[in-house]
Amino acid sequence: MRLIAQQLLKKITSNKKALLLGYVLLFVALAVLPFLLSNTVGRTWVRILDFALIYAMLALGLNIVVGFAGLLDLGYIAFYAVGAYTWALLASPQFGLHLPFWAILPIGAGVAAIFGVLLGAPTLRLRGDYLAIVTLGFGEIIRIFLNNLDHPINVTNGPIGINKIDPISIGGVDLTRTHEWFGISFSGVHIYYYLLLALLIFTIVMCVRLENSRIGRAWLAIREDELAAQAMGINTRNIKLLAFALGATFGGVAGGLFASLQGFVSPESFGLLESIMVLCMVVLGGMGHVYGVLLGALLLSVLPEILRSTASPIQRAVFGDVYIDPEALRMLLFGLALIVVMLVRPTGLWPAPRRRTILDQDVDRD
Amino acid sequence: MALLNLREINKKFGGIHALNKVSLTIGGGEIYGLIGPNGAGKTTLFNVITGVYLPSSGDVEFNGKSLIGRKPYQVAMMGIARTFQNIRLFQNMTALENVMIGTHAKTSAGPLGAIFNTKSTRSEERLIRSQSRDWLEYVGISSQIDYLAKNLSYGDQRRLEIARALATQPKLLALDEPAAGMNATETDELKLLIQRIRSDGVSILLIEHDVKLIMNLCDRVAVLDYGQKIAEDIPSLVRQDPKVIQAYLGGDLP
Repeated sequence: MRLIAQQLLKKITSNKKALLLGYVLLFVALAVLPFLLSNTVGRTWVRILDFALIYAMLALGLNIVVGFAGLLDLGYIAFYAVGAYTWALLASPQFGLHLPFWAILPIGAGVAAIFGVLLGAPTLRLRGDYLAIVTLGFGEIIRIFLNNLDHPINVTNGPIGINKIDPISIGGVDLTRTHEWFGISFSGVHIYYYLLLALLIFTIVMCVRLENSRIGRAWLAIREDELAAQAMGINTRNIKLLAFALGATFGGVAGGLFASLQGFVSPESFGLLESIMVLCMVVLGGMGHVYGVLLGALLLSVLPEILRSTASPIQRAVFGDVYIDPEALRMLLFGLALIVVMLVRPTGLWPAPRRRTILDQDVDRD
Repeated sequence: MALLNLREINKKFGGIHALNKVSLTIGGGEIYGLIGPNGAGKTTLFNVITGVYLPSSGDVEFNGKSLIGRKPYQVAMMGIARTFQNIRLFQNMTALENVMIGTHAKTSAGPLGAIFNTKSTRSEERLIRSQSRDWLEYVGISSQIDYLAKNLSYGDQRRLEIARALATQPKLLALDEPAAGMNATETDELKLLIQRIRSDGVSILLIEHDVKLIMNLCDRVAVLDYGQKIAEDIPSLVRQDPKVIQAYLGGDLP
């Protein structure tokens, strides 16, 4: 069965016309998806989709560090926080700064990259568990800083967070308002969806290209065997720092978009649980595989919402009352799902093809 | 002209004197053998040369430049490639990808080139691929090009490690027990391969326990025992050296 499906997939992907048709269909499906959702299950679901896209970007960034370079980073959410706060400080009444979108995006990415190098540099000699512990500490340090930087000089507003963050506006078009184009009404979440989708596609292309490049191979080499990688002339220090910096850049951009979509940031959005959630997306989807990570991110950000909205009505319909709080059920099912996946598919739901064994390896692959 | 020049290398690990005033020179185009009983310091010397260990004192000069204080990747970039005693391939990558990583030292594409897929990146990538294929063919495993390294036979893994080292385009190839675990046929093929590499202009430093291979292959042989060089000469003279016989067979000589 699986073999037939594989052969079918191969036939489709080897036919250029069919491939093109597939892309066109996918594109159309992605384009109408928000309208489909808002007309059937409501506009909230478009918003949920927006956040799923942001999480996908975040997970792809972490995948560079954990999946490609094999550096277990438990404090990755710190870069998301740095990106979000950079955006918040540069486009809100907090300091009275209101920089435009195209200026903040690169600044946020740059600041996050600098933090990536700063936090990566002291950990270069560490590996595995030790690296995880130190990065976990760094992640918490950033959050605690944000929580306490309201005195002596008020920078971050402390635990209250920063409010009234400017929405993205492109060419004078405010993306949070409803606009009427070509006789179709686009609400704010719809427009954000298209913007985020475009950025996510760009992120995917970057990740795939990086993976199949000289730099990507160097990351994989470090993951496989650091000493052997050095013996091949790979400057492991710089290549690792590059992974930290690039991963942080994606995290920073995702954080900025999060801040502008939400309109509000506070330190509690960037706790350890968030870091672990993003790591779970990477591990569950298929560490080191761009599309697997994408799948993991979309599943883990959309499924809990479906559960949240259906758990209570179903319980009420079946048992006549709500016995288990949806939030508790969410964590229970999440834990179960993780255990099952790790037992049945330890390399993730959709692992990288290179991890396949020789038996189903495509010999004429180029 | 000496390609590699070691002068009075000392290496101490705590109280253990792993290398004691070891000096040797390897000339261009030479196959230089290094033998000695287990624990004599052969691999330690190897690690000093390739930058993994910093010697306690002494100097290593390669191609007229000192290697002291250089990191392993810098040593590799300067033209010393190595293989490992216990094979260290990138297990979950294909044979071709392993060799492609070997070209890292001599290529230059960066992250921006990769992200924007520039023309120079693409042409470099094509070059890396074709060169890597050539190296696999050179060591005779081009039929296994897309196999994961961990799925190759033991002998082929050794060959792949040599191909990966050659892809760094070294002037000196350092092989740490390449024939370990090989049968007689495989060892003969290895001998031919090493001779071919030498005739293509790469000098070779060979650590080996297979005395027959060393005697057949090497131009000169050094013998280490308890961290000291006790003999160095052409193979036929080294095997008759009383100190060498004592080191290998033990006991006092009359």
